[in-house]
Amino acid sequence: MLDNNYFIRYLPLLIQVGVGIALAAVMVTLSHLLGKHKWTPAKNSPYECGITPTGDAQGRFSVKFYMVAMLFILFDVEAVFLYPWAVIARKLGMFGFWEMLVYIGLVLVGFFYIWKKGMIDWNKPERNEA
Amino acid sequence: MDTQTFLIAAIIKIALVAFLLLTGVAYTTWLERKIIGRIQNRWGPTRVGPFGLLQPLADGIKFILKEDMVPDNVHKGLYILAPMLALSMALISIAVIPFGETITVNGTQTALQITGVPQPGQPHPGDINIGLLIILGVTSIGVYGIALAGWSSNSKYALLGSLRASAQMISYELALGLSLVGVLILAGSFSLRAIVDSQAGAWFWHIPRWYIFPQLIAFFVYLMAAYAETNRIPFDLPEAETELVAGYHTEYSAMKFAMFFMAEYLNMITVSCIATLLFFGGWHGPLFGPPLLQSLLPVFWFAAKIFVFMFVYIWIRGTLPRFRYDQLMAFGWKFLLPLAIANIIVTSFIVAVWGHS
Repeated sequence: MLDNNYFIRYLPLLIQVGVGIALAAVMVTLSHLLGKHKWTPAKNSPYECGITPTGDAQGRFSVKFYMVAMLFILFDVEAVFLYPWAVIARKLGMFGFWEMLVYIGLVLVGFFYIWKKGMIDWNKPERNEA
Repeated sequence: MDTQTFLIAAIIKIALVAFLLLTGVAYTTWLERKIIGRIQNRWGPTRVGPFGLLQPLADGIKFILKEDMVPDNVHKGLYILAPMLALSMALISIAVIPFGETITVNGTQTALQITGVPQPGQPHPGDINIGLLIILGVTSIGVYGIALAGWSSNSKYALLGSLRASAQMISYELALGLSLVGVLILAGSFSLRAIVDSQAGAWFWHIPRWYIFPQLIAFFVYLMAAYAETNRIPFDLPEAETELVAGYHTEYSAMKFAMFFMAEYLNMITVSCIATLLFFGGWHGPLFGPPLLQSLLPVFWFAAKIFVFMFVYIWIRGTLPRFRYDQLMAFGWKFLLPLAIANIIVTSFIVAVWGHS
């Protein structure tokens, strides 16, 4: 019989992790070894439609991307909190439904707030801090 | 079955699945080019082998023999790590997907799933009970591959593409995660096997008990979010050729370039697998014929359902134009997310009232 060790069940997953990483590493290495290398300064410059690149690319970018990332963290934590409830929702019955409705209500209040605040309106011009 | 046999069986399964999967990815590219060609009134690949069937092989050889460039000014470590991360995460998520019940080889019963565990004395094999969470978690790490690729390339197009991709993927991940909650309420388990098993049988008039019928809205949300997660048309803003050259993989060449595509196609297969398992009853389908056929038919049904999803992916690519970026964000946040939450409330209410069955 299979050992009564819960960890054993996760070993195939661990092997798959190893295989996945090894396969990716082999591909990168093979490609590096088999391909020819003939580098010139023009070829190695970053692609900018053929003209000489201007400035550094890792500069500043729109704050909206940070906003989306922040919102994602907030809402994803809330979504993950729904999972354990969903699995036992059938057993909890009506009690569980009302409890979760309060929780979803609170989430929706926050959602409504950011909606009205315009954080998810991509085209809204950024407010003038005058 | 002792631990040693279990692990050997797991290694054999991993090797088989990896081989089938990579072949599947290669031939999905062939299928895509062929179908898109037909949709656009062209032939698609015809030269290499009959019907162009050896085209993926030729592509693979070409990719691996091409010059492996590392442009100046890139962050070298992250630049090499990014495609590896994307590809290996796409490969890992396959491990928890079940594609059938069990098979018996040389008297050893083994589950048709890499992480499946046979339960002594019971016809159904067991499963690690957090399968769905592992898939969600591992595919989320895949976002890092794209974000790092764009940032480490030190190219403006790549950075813009990866920013778009990251924002899009995390936005739609919310809708994706919430759309699955409805199915979890009905099935009451994270184990993919348990979810499939709860869809066995039929309602009256031989309608299969698939969750697509009670969870039609969730399926719609899932499908839209899955298309956005895999950066496919109509959500392929990250690699919009007309404005961003090639998006986050502009600066990549040779196999590293191909690895991003392999990751994309692997992710397509993974989300098709999840859609099949959660909404279309997994490997359940009509069984008939001799015992050997009966043991192979479930795998066939599973593959057939995935094939349908892959075909729809390609069909949509050949049909729909691309979203505008503000439309994309509005669609995800203002339409899919509220819809998914509404679906959760309605489903949990119905289960709470009539659910004690």
